[in-house]
Amino acid sequence: MPADAAGLGRARAAAFVAPALLLIAGFLVFPALWTIYLGMTDYRLTGLAAAEPAFTGLDNVRRALDEDQFTHSLGLTLQFVVGSAVLGQALLGFAIAWLLRERHGALRRLVEALVLLAWILPGSVVAFLWIALLDREDGTLNALLGTPGTAWLVEHPMAAIIVFNIWRGTAFSMMLYAAALSSVPPSQLETARLAGASSWQQLRDVVLPRIRGHVLTNLLLISLWTFNDFTPFLLTNGGPGDETEIMPVFVYKTALFNGELGYGAALSVLMLLVNLVIALVYVRLLRAREAAS
Amino acid sequence: MVRTLTRRARATIGVAVAAAALAACGGSDADGDGGAVRLTISANAVLDGKNTEEAAWIEDWVIPAFEEEQRAAGVEVDVEFEPSGVDDEQFKTRLALDLQAGSGPDIMTLDGIWVGEFAQAGYLEPLPASAQPGGWDGWEQIPEAVQQLAAYDEQLYGIPWGTDGRVLFYNQELFAQAGLPAEWQPTSWAELLDAAEALGELDGVTPIQLNAGTAMGEATTMQGLLPLLAGAGEPIHDGTGWTGASQGLVAALGLYQDVYGGGLGDPVLQQETQGRDRSFQKFADDEIGILVEGDYFWRSVINPEGGTAPMEDRDDTVGWALIPAETPGAGVEGRDFASMSGGSVRAVNPASDQAELAYELLTFMNSAEAITAAAQDSARITAREDVNATVLADDPMLSFIADEVLPLTTFRPPLAEYPQVSVLLQEATGAVAAGDRTPAEAADEYAAGLGEVAGGAG
Repeated sequence: MPADAAGLGRARAAAFVAPALLLIAGFLVFPALWTIYLGMTDYRLTGLAAAEPAFTGLDNVRRALDEDQFTHSLGLTLQFVVGSAVLGQALLGFAIAWLLRERHGALRRLVEALVLLAWILPGSVVAFLWIALLDREDGTLNALLGTPGTAWLVEHPMAAIIVFNIWRGTAFSMMLYAAALSSVPPSQLETARLAGASSWQQLRDVVLPRIRGHVLTNLLLISLWTFNDFTPFLLTNGGPGDETEIMPVFVYKTALFNGELGYGAALSVLMLLVNLVIALVYVRLLRAREAAS
Repeated sequence: MVRTLTRRARATIGVAVAAAALAACGGSDADGDGGAVRLTISANAVLDGKNTEEAAWIEDWVIPAFEEEQRAAGVEVDVEFEPSGVDDEQFKTRLALDLQAGSGPDIMTLDGIWVGEFAQAGYLEPLPASAQPGGWDGWEQIPEAVQQLAAYDEQLYGIPWGTDGRVLFYNQELFAQAGLPAEWQPTSWAELLDAAEALGELDGVTPIQLNAGTAMGEATTMQGLLPLLAGAGEPIHDGTGWTGASQGLVAALGLYQDVYGGGLGDPVLQQETQGRDRSFQKFADDEIGILVEGDYFWRSVINPEGGTAPMEDRDDTVGWALIPAETPGAGVEGRDFASMSGGSVRAVNPASDQAELAYELLTFMNSAEAITAAAQDSARITAREDVNATVLADDPMLSFIADEVLPLTTFRPPLAEYPQVSVLLQEATGAVAAGDRTPAEAADEYAAGLGEVAGGAG
């Protein structure tokens, strides 16, 4: 491959890249650095520290690591990610894609449309629907189950938002797996079947090895999305108490409701680091797979 | 190859330049509207929603009247109202973010308790001479205690326009069913609990709604813990320091334990996101016997005309009583009863382009004529004594607040740490109501939190 495929020369190539780099610098790098700086101050939304924030170094980070609230919130977030994304969305999405793989026509279109609908509806609309569904007094779920007076969002708040997020986000996994499954050559499945492999054996020995890359990519994306998802706030407000105060809600409440912008910024940076760790783990797994093949 | 790329590059640059030029032009749009000066008023009020009467007053009275007055003086003014109908905490956050960015409305309605922290942050500036006492004659009508709502560090930052008081509201129909008197005034917490026990015998009735927990926000502190604490003889801030895990606090939290641990209140309701609105609806539906609230509840919630949970038979069914001290004489300054008051303040945004005109609008909105118009259709306790004398005469509830409650009420300390102390108190009540902590444990946790936010108890 020649070093300068487009024949532009160094100067013109730089001129082409410059606008994009400027945008990235202005809208990504600068805010990120600014957040890190804010995280090292006691900046507040109101009061004296809003007018004259003081530099406090790593105090905010130390406070976060000392405080039960941070570890509590991180624990809830991991529950939320593992429960709703890694187990819920990925497994359910795969199951739907697998069951629908050889079907065409009305049934498949109907199921896909319903699953997709949950994904494309605006968050505020969906939150309203779920609040109505789970309402203590006139909720649809209580009417269906015959459990009047059960306040689902108060009594089982984590379970409620996990189920909510599975319902909300399964569409992406379903579509990605459906595409992945169609890339498995039918001839290989046919051969396995002729050799007497059961459905489970076909899945394990023929399908999964071919789509492992898709699985990892899917898990990477939905884990990061779920980790940063704010929609549960619309359902529970982080409550009751702090029982559903996942990281994005914790940061929001700290920075905006309590007005502790500096501490909130420090929490955002910590959250970013956790995101990076998740991303690194998956990228490692992907690399290891590529190296193996 | 190279030529086409160059051409494409030229096109790209052309588009980019055009976009930049368009963006630059965008700024001039605001100057339209025939040269009229534009002012905006913002309040947490919206027609047919939260504080609808305030929204209606601003839109139907203030704006036309002020525009008319200015037109007569030869100034074309276009006043706009930015309605809002959210929780007070959310409104405050939005306002603070706007002010911090140097934007926001020209005139805003604030809770008096925010004045201190907004002033410290530089989001508010002291009134100019034209609106200070001496410059504006309205101050002569505003009592000293009410003036303090708009004051911080001995400076006035806005004009208070109303105050309020907290009482026990009770449903006389349910009281009759439970064999309780129609004219009821408990003189101790024990008597309050006795009435609640009697109401507990009724089917489908929650005896008492005493706000607890963080979901209710400031409503928990203001019409829950603080009046109880005052009834146990302790202010939350004694002028030198915050009250810690004191005997009075443990006693007040003890009442929460009696109510929620004894099945006299609904602990789940306290944790629901819309719990406060739901408690209002339940009271209006004859499902709650006693509810602790401010006169806002009477004016804006169960008001058969325009309330958010209208109660057709409000005037015949709903009674009110003073909040008793723990025992007679046990309240702050040896009082038999306790209450808390707050109030709203209107202020001008220092970042306003039209500050002078905005101050004119501000004093106009607080003139006797304007305040009378505001209180005419739906009576409320205004900051002006001359207006109160005429508008409250027809409303027994509001007269009761003005005559009986305001003399014994207490105000919150206008300190920047107050909101965080308030949250700590809410958490303490929530933990006790949910049965997770005993009153003493919750008080200790509160005191520990106090050490973090305010350097400990005084």
